[in-house]
Formats: sequence, structure tokens, C-alpha cells
Amino acid sequence: MAVKKKPAKFQSAKQLQKTLTGVSGFDDITLGGLPTGRPSLICGEAGSGKTLFAMEFLIHGITKFNEPGLFVAFEEKASELATNVASLGFDLNKLVAQNKLRIDYVHIDKNEIEETGEYDLEGLFIRLGHAIDSIGVKRVVLDTIENLFAGLDNTAILRAELRRLFQWLKDRNVTAVITGEKGEGTLTRQGLEEYVSDCVIVVDHRVVNQISTRRLRIVKYRGSVHGTNEYPFLIDSDGISVLPVTSLKLQGKVVTQRIGTGIPSLDLMFGGKGIFKGSSMLITGTAGTGKTSIAASFANASCERNERCLYFAFEESADQIVRNMHSIGIQLDGHVKKGLLRFHAARPTMYGLEMHLVQITKLVREFNPKTVIIDPITNLITVGTITEVQSILNRLLDFLQVNGITAVFTGLTPSMINSNSQTDETMTSMVDTWINVRDIEMNGERNRGLYIMKSRGLKHSNQVREFLITDHGLVLQDVYLSAEGVLTGSAREVHKMQLEIEKQVRHQAAIKNEKELNLKKKELELKIEALKAEYETYKDKLTADFDGESLGKHIAEIKRQDLVSLRTGIPVNPKAKK
Amino acid sequence: MSKQKAWQLRLYIAGQTTKSITALKNLKQYCETHLKDQYEIEVIDLLLKPQLAEGDQIFAIPTLVRKVPEPIRKIIGDLSNEEKVLVGLNIVPVNKNS
Repeated sequence: MAVKKKPAKFQSAKQLQKTLTGVSGFDDITLGGLPTGRPSLICGEAGSGKTLFAMEFLIHGITKFNEPGLFVAFEEKASELATNVASLGFDLNKLVAQNKLRIDYVHIDKNEIEETGEYDLEGLFIRLGHAIDSIGVKRVVLDTIENLFAGLDNTAILRAELRRLFQWLKDRNVTAVITGEKGEGTLTRQGLEEYVSDCVIVVDHRVVNQISTRRLRIVKYRGSVHGTNEYPFLIDSDGISVLPVTSLKLQGKVVTQRIGTGIPSLDLMFGGKGIFKGSSMLITGTAGTGKTSIAASFANASCERNERCLYFAFEESADQIVRNMHSIGIQLDGHVKKGLLRFHAARPTMYGLEMHLVQITKLVREFNPKTVIIDPITNLITVGTITEVQSILNRLLDFLQVNGITAVFTGLTPSMINSNSQTDETMTSMVDTWINVRDIEMNGERNRGLYIMKSRGLKHSNQVREFLITDHGLVLQDVYLSAEGVLTGSAREVHKMQLEIEKQVRHQAAIKNEKELNLKKKELELKIEALKAEYETYKDKLTADFDGESLGKHIAEIKRQDLVSLRTGIPVNPKAKK
Repeated sequence: MSKQKAWQLRLYIAGQTTKSITALKNLKQYCETHLKDQYEIEVIDLLLKPQLAEGDQIFAIPTLVRKVPEPIRKIIGDLSNEEKVLVGLNIVPVNKNS
């Protein structure tokens, strides 16, 4: 692996050098990691993930950046540490064997130790120095150095020595992470933050409404810009993922490519080409209006374009969706098998809102989809307040947009009466395209009407279209206008029927007319025939009369010539006839 | 009496600092007083042998380690308080009969 010791972007030589931690997301919020060659403090209560953070810092340092590390453990033995992180796929023993990692367990047992008179911690310094020199350590973790205070009584000496230790670490130019337990009213029990002034990170583990969320905040980072917010983070089988949820700028890449929604007639409403790639679409509607079906069509279309799609289902299980979509002629199982479509079904209450976001981001990074569907996004509101949801959605959209991922959310609007619900307010202003599917109740029946409420930068139809869920997918009926306005459902059918009857009647009338016309024609034709025959007869008669006369003349002539020839004995000259 | 002395003491120092010298001087004095001929002192300078620090879990300097008799006991500091050192090493002072 390449040796990377790169400073954050846009840094000039004078600015603080930073060391990438390799902890997913953390390097983004610190714009490049921890300060190089300086100690950083990470503090929090028990079980908040301090040690893991520190350990990841070391391990990533070794595996990704080729920087050997030293872990000075004041709490756990090397073997215990190795076991603890083995579940995350880190093999400490191997790294130790490769001389990339040193684990030094400093055992301090108050029962074994008696203090008398002046002393210093030179022994610790020597141990660190020895370890650092032996394998060229660049990264050091002290976990948890406050244990010294538990084992030793002379705090005056300890404090002076700690100050010296941190200075010493700086002089050795190693990047150090020091963990500290949270104290009451202070960041750490022994006020370590006084000594470590360059970078202080606080992690905590909060339970709100019985849902716990881990959060991380950078309290201080001397000489560097950093995100000041609390960032949720996740500890799972891959270790820590911090979510750089709020990028500071609005600068997503924009494409003009359009993608179909999977419903041709809906695409037509957007000028025939569908929506922009990488934009976000919200489908709202009351229960049972077909939001999931639209979302599934979209997923299907995405997979048919050979683009990956990640489907977050917060209401139904993956199998349930696949089965249900069969009924409308959408076959999703094939896409799942091909690995184009992945479902992630979870109960919204499984973890906090922030964690959902972390989970979503993490999966998106892992699966790298072109389309993300969250169905329904409103269910997340059950685990958070409106402001929280708003901020989460904002960040989520931001994240997806920056990565050029097309997002489709479905949102449940509670009822028809109160259609301007929370979702609408929070979501609709953020998304690019908003489609609302609404029940239209008329003449004792319920029909679905589909509206495009907005679509940024796209020409879109302003018509309410009737939306049908058929065995062969989703269909939008053509706008059907009558004198009474737009007609839907059976009213539309009735109207259609009336039109059909009228048409039939007109048709019949036309046929009748034609028949009469034919008859007349035939009659006249017969008459024409008769007249023609009459004419022929007359003509024949006239011709015959003429023939009789000339024939008589002709015969008389021949006879006369015969007579002449008889009398003269000269044969008849045929030419003479002329 | 075996060849090995009954008291095996090890003093860890880091260079000839005032504290180290004081500690060694104090230790020798106590041993001479209370453990005459029964003790052995090994002085380890960690500046010369840093690799030895880990074995005995040394973090403070100076540290006195009682290797024998077991269990291992440690006393850190310049050993200026005689009573504490004796208690710490579990040495029965000769001038007291208890």
C-alpha cells in the first residue's frame, strides 16, 4: 500500500499537517484527520467507543498508510485487546508479528505499589521511546492514561509528568491519541484537556426515547477548520463510521441526463423523458394510493437500465415487496438475484434517526447504487422530532446529491383533510420533484389521481391524471375532460359509454343512408341500362335501314357490270369498281 | 542459607539523577540496617537497557522491586520515608520486636 501522509486539500506548507485516521467519515469532518505530530484527546464515558476509535486509528495507520503504531494500554492486556477487536476483523497478533504494531500493557496496581518520596515517570518515557525506536512508530495511542491517577497518589507529580509526556510526544513527532474518561462537569476526570490543547474530540452515547445514538463532536482543533456539529457515528462489524452529515456547501454535481420512472405515461408528463438523473423525487399520498408501487416501478426501471438500486423498506420486508409487486406485473426477484437490486428492510424504531442515516450512507457507500429508494421516509418521523427529521433529510439529500444518486422517497400523508402535513412542509421544499397521489372520491367510489406538484427545471404536465394499478403495471389514463370537468373511475366509464352509444347511433345512421344511396344507385343504374338498350336498338335499326339501301345499290352495280361484261366480253376490272 | 540471598532487590533508575542517587543511598542504608547479609541489590539503568522496563512493569523512576521473597512488591520514589519502605517491602525492622 502506498505511503500516504498527505495534508488536507488547499493546505499551504505553513498550515497544520494532518494525519488521516482512516476512520470512515472522520477525516471528512476534520478535513484531513488529526494534527500530525501532536497529541489529540478523545474523551467520553465508558462504552462510548474511545478505545475502538484509537485502535482503528492505529490499525488503519498500519494497513492503509504504512505507519507503524504503538498502543499503550493502561486498562486492558494485549490479549484482551486483540480479542476485543478481532470481531471487527482486525488481527492484532499478526500486525505485532510483522513488527508493525506494538502493544505495551502498563499495569498499575495500587496494591502492589508503595510511593515514597520524589519520583517521575521516566520509566514510561523510556518504554515509549524504546517501542517507538524499535519499529519506527508514527502513531501512538495512550488508553487510558488517567488510570495513572487511580494507581498513584501523588497527583502533583502526575500532572507535571503528563504535561512533560505530551510535550515529549510532540518532540518525538508522533501523532498521538489519548483517551480519557468523561468527568463530571469536565471533559475528562483529571482535566486532561488542559494538557492536550491541539485537538479534543468528545464522543458520547445518548439515549433519547429509548433509542441510543452515538455522537462525536470536535470540541477544539487548534489551527484548523473543522465541523463543529455533533456527528452521529456507528459501530458495527466494520468498526466506526462517522457520518459527515452536513457538508458545508451546496455544490452537487449536476447532470442533464434524464431517466425514466418505469411508468411510460408518467414519463410523458415530464415531457416524455422522465426526471433528471441524480435528482430527488418525493411521492406522497394517503395510505393505499400506490406509492410503493411507483417506487418499485422506478426500482425496476433502474435495474432494467442495468443500474444498481438500493431499496430501504421501513414498512415491509423485502420478500413482501417482491411478492406484492408480482401482482402488478413487476418482477423484482430477478434483479435481486443478479445483484442489481438490494433491499434493506428495518424497523424505524430499530435505532435512532441519526443511526438510520449513518446506516443508509454506509450501505450506499458499500453498494454504490445509482438509485436509492426510501419507502416510506415518513416512518422515520416516528423516531425523531420534526426538526431532527428535517436536518436528517437535508443531510441525506445532500449526501445522495453529491454522489449523483437519484433518490426516490415515498411519504405518507395522514389524511385527505390534512394533506399539508409535516412531511409536506419538511420534505417538499427540499426535493426536486414532488408527485402527489391522491384519492378522489366521487359518486361513491375512490379513484387515484396523480399530480405533479413540482419538478425543478423540467417541463411538466399540470394535469391531474387518473392513476391505475393494473396487472401489467402502472398506467396513467389520459386526461379525460367532460363538460363537468375531469372524470375518473366509473364516471369516466359512464361518460365513455355514452359517447360510445352516440357513436353507434351515428354509425347506424350512416349505414342506413348508405344503403338507401345504394338502392337509388342500383335503381338508376337499371334505368340507365334500359335506356342504353333502347338506344342500341334504335341505332341498329337505323344502321340496318342504311345497309339495305346501299346493298341494293351495290348489287345493282355489280349486276350492271356483269351485264356490261356479258355484252362487251371484257372481264370486269376490279379497279373499275372504285 | 542457600547461595541466593533471601532478599533480591532490584532498583530501576534512568541515569544518575538526584532522585536515583538518593534512592540508592537510602536503600543501601535500610538494607544494611535491617537485612544485613541477607540482601542483594541489582541496579538497572533503563537508559542503557530500555527493553527491561516492560518486564517489571516499570513506569516510574526510581522504582524498587522486591523480586524475592514473593510476591513482587514495588516501591516508587526516592525511598525517603524509611517506614513506608519497610512496610512496602514487608521488612521487620530490627530495632523493633514485633
